[in-house]
Amino acid sequence: MNKVTNNKAWWLVLPVFILVAFSALIPLMTVVNYSVQDIFGPNNAYFVGTDWFREVLRDDRLQDSLIRQFVFSGAVLLIQIPLGIGVALMMPTSGKKASLCLILLAIPLLIPWNVVGTIWQIFGRGDIGLFGWGLNELGMDYNYTASTADAWATVLLMDVWHWTPLVALLCYSGLRAIPEAFYQAAEIDRASKWAVFRYIQLPRLKSVLVIAVLLRFMDSFMIYTEPFVLTGGGPGSSTTFLSQTLTTMAIGQFDIGRAAAFSLIYFLIVLLVSWLFFTAITHLDKQK
Amino acid sequence: MAEIQLNSLAHSYSKTPSGPEDYAIRQMSHVWHKGGAYALLGPSGCGKSTMLNIISGLLAPSEGEVLFDNVKVNELSPKDRNIAQVFQFPVIYDSMTVYDNLAFPLRNAGMPKAKIQAKVDEIAAILELGEVLHNKAKNLTADEKQKVSMGRGLVRDDVSAILFDEPLTVIDPQLKWKLRRKLKQIHEQFNITMVYVTHDQLEASTFADKIAVMYEGQIVQFGTPRELFERPNHTFVGYFIGSPGMNLIDVERVSGGVRFDDFTVALSQVQQRATEHSPSQNLKIGIRPEFLHVSNQPSDDTFKCKVKDVEDLGTYKIVSLQLGSQAILARVDEDHEIAGDTVYVGFPPQWLKLYIDEFLVEEQDA
Repeated sequence: MNKVTNNKAWWLVLPVFILVAFSALIPLMTVVNYSVQDIFGPNNAYFVGTDWFREVLRDDRLQDSLIRQFVFSGAVLLIQIPLGIGVALMMPTSGKKASLCLILLAIPLLIPWNVVGTIWQIFGRGDIGLFGWGLNELGMDYNYTASTADAWATVLLMDVWHWTPLVALLCYSGLRAIPEAFYQAAEIDRASKWAVFRYIQLPRLKSVLVIAVLLRFMDSFMIYTEPFVLTGGGPGSSTTFLSQTLTTMAIGQFDIGRAAAFSLIYFLIVLLVSWLFFTAITHLDKQK
Repeated sequence: MAEIQLNSLAHSYSKTPSGPEDYAIRQMSHVWHKGGAYALLGPSGCGKSTMLNIISGLLAPSEGEVLFDNVKVNELSPKDRNIAQVFQFPVIYDSMTVYDNLAFPLRNAGMPKAKIQAKVDEIAAILELGEVLHNKAKNLTADEKQKVSMGRGLVRDDVSAILFDEPLTVIDPQLKWKLRRKLKQIHEQFNITMVYVTHDQLEASTFADKIAVMYEGQIVQFGTPRELFERPNHTFVGYFIGSPGMNLIDVERVSGGVRFDDFTVALSQVQQRATEHSPSQNLKIGIRPEFLHVSNQPSDDTFKCKVKDVEDLGTYKIVSLQLGSQAILARVDEDHEIAGDTVYVGFPPQWLKLYIDEFLVEEQDA
């Protein structure tokens, strides 16, 4: 067989390669570059190998943020995914009411992130914020700037308010894609509402849920702006998540080497968890 | 099992129907007797599926009532009507195995495990699904999926009725025949009321004892395949049943019979009286191609026709004839020689039907 070899076609890939290089590879490589050097000033840098990585992994502050981060992302998924599915199930299926619901749901998604933080910062205040004032009036001792539990509750509530609509919208679109015949067949088969959900709606929502879980995991794992504006990471460091620790380290303390090493570890964690999750789901799919 | 009665039933998908053409089902009454195997036959869009969905309770009729064993069930859900329905396109629960799919309706009814197992195994054996019983249902072929879909209806032997909505559309012809036989067997075995919707007359007549022919939202005739063939109640039945359909010719009344072009056809006394008593101008005579008498020699009461075409279909021939301005078809035996391009056709009186306003004028003895 005569196989025509013409490698010139590879040149067509060049524009994409250049674009990706500038958008991802080169910035990433500069981070890699910083992570293996100790830099004192221009022309005064020492190669330190994996020292920064070793140090970073033993750093208590970073370990604490990492644990906090996992707890936060876990809580976000546990609350927002079921809640989003629930909201989607309760939404009207057609007509003006459905359009109205969609618009109302989409509003939080359109608000800039630091505005979301500001809204909740004021909303939760005990003196002028409706939410904080209301809780205090009801006799609860609520103060998100002083109590760790209140701060966590407020950050979580804010994220739930901000991002559950995304999960709900994804699920809503998934639900609308289920043909009417399935519901008819289930009705004929005397399926209970729970059985309809468990055996028809949930299996058919799987693909949108994979996307929802991945998006919500990645976004919540990288959260920065909203808690920074709301609590500034406090009280103490109780709501200081990874991005904020990292930013303080890189820009506040200008600890470039260490920050670079941690960025890479941070990136790898997100990549690894997303990959694990994705493979697990697609693997489940292939089972006979 | 139940007798299903439809009382002055009508349904319109429009909220404010303005005339009969807005109705998917025009007002009608009908009874499906207990334990019968029925077919509901008609062209696409005549309201067959609508009627099925009304019987099963998926759709609430806009007018009239549905009775199961003389009990009004209009307000009952399909669940409470205890009815099974098989849809045109397979619906399977794809996260479950074939076994779980078949067991699903039984589990929902809270049947004990051992009984479910026995029932599912029985139906799986009948439908030849034994080999794939523990596979995931979503990996099945279209044929198998539809068998699973049907199986879910058939496992429930306590149902009021099983409704089939063109269930064999996606099945290939070989298997189609087999499955139809199976359904018939199941009917004989369990004696469940079955209503089978189809637009295929062959399918209808092999499955059903009695066929209801539906046209423009109404059942125009309900009878055995033979009755539909020999005595079509309505010109539509004549045209729709049979292959090819009935020859229908527009005629006007003259003394002693009816006339078209220059030909006068004699009618029976009953028919003649009917034409005299009806003010309608919409008169037609109809005769099945099988019953036309075709000969090469002229005789009394025959008409001279031009042969346009002879189509040999193996066991019989279809002869296209030109009779005056009318094109008619005749079906003759394979060994019937058609010589030359002229033949003489006769209309045997017992097979000559008269239709006034599209409906048959019944002979007295019928």
